[in-house]
Amino acid sequence: MSEAVFERIREQLAADDVVLYMKGTPVFPMCGFSARVVQILSNAGIKFQAYNVLEDPELRQGLKDFSNWPTFPQLYVKGELVGGCDIVTEMAQSGELQQLLVEKGVVAAA
Amino acid sequence: MSVRETIERRLREALAPERLEIVDESARHVGHAGARPEGETHFRVTVVSAAFAGLGRLERQRRVHALLADLLRERVHALSLLCRAPGEL
Repeated sequence: MSEAVFERIREQLAADDVVLYMKGTPVFPMCGFSARVVQILSNAGIKFQAYNVLEDPELRQGLKDFSNWPTFPQLYVKGELVGGCDIVTEMAQSGELQQLLVEKGVVAAA
Repeated sequence: MSVRETIERRLREALAPERLEIVDESARHVGHAGARPEGETHFRVTVVSAAFAGLGRLERQRRVHALLADLLRERVHALSLLCRAPGEL
């Protein structure tokens, strides 16, 4: 995998606090797991930048290698992988997702 | 061996789980991306194993992903995972 795509990923992660790599777009998700994470973030009022990996095969493969994570969606906060749909769902239900966003300074404490 | 049996065998051998549930949800995804006529593309797996104790969420799932890497690359389209250590909720 080329260093160029890793550099692109690093730039994307540096540009926004919350980044979601997904299949499809927030308005037209192409996968139920991606749709669920969009819904969780939206319901929580969390602003995020989404990238559609279906439109970008190089980015799709690059992310798998970059994070040693084979599936999508992938949610990142402040450049760090939080997880996929299972982990994000669990963390949203337990309140840990909100806690993480507060700890990272992305949202103000409630 | 079916995909499901392969998943079960590998997880049992590597993780000695005290609980292992593998649900084939492929039938709910017929016609969706990644579905195949022969099925066995979408699975939901619950693993309770002492091997997960002390590991974070990402590392737990990475252990399972690594055990099933070839399947995830070539055969299984979706794998939903719940990884717990014994005694956790």
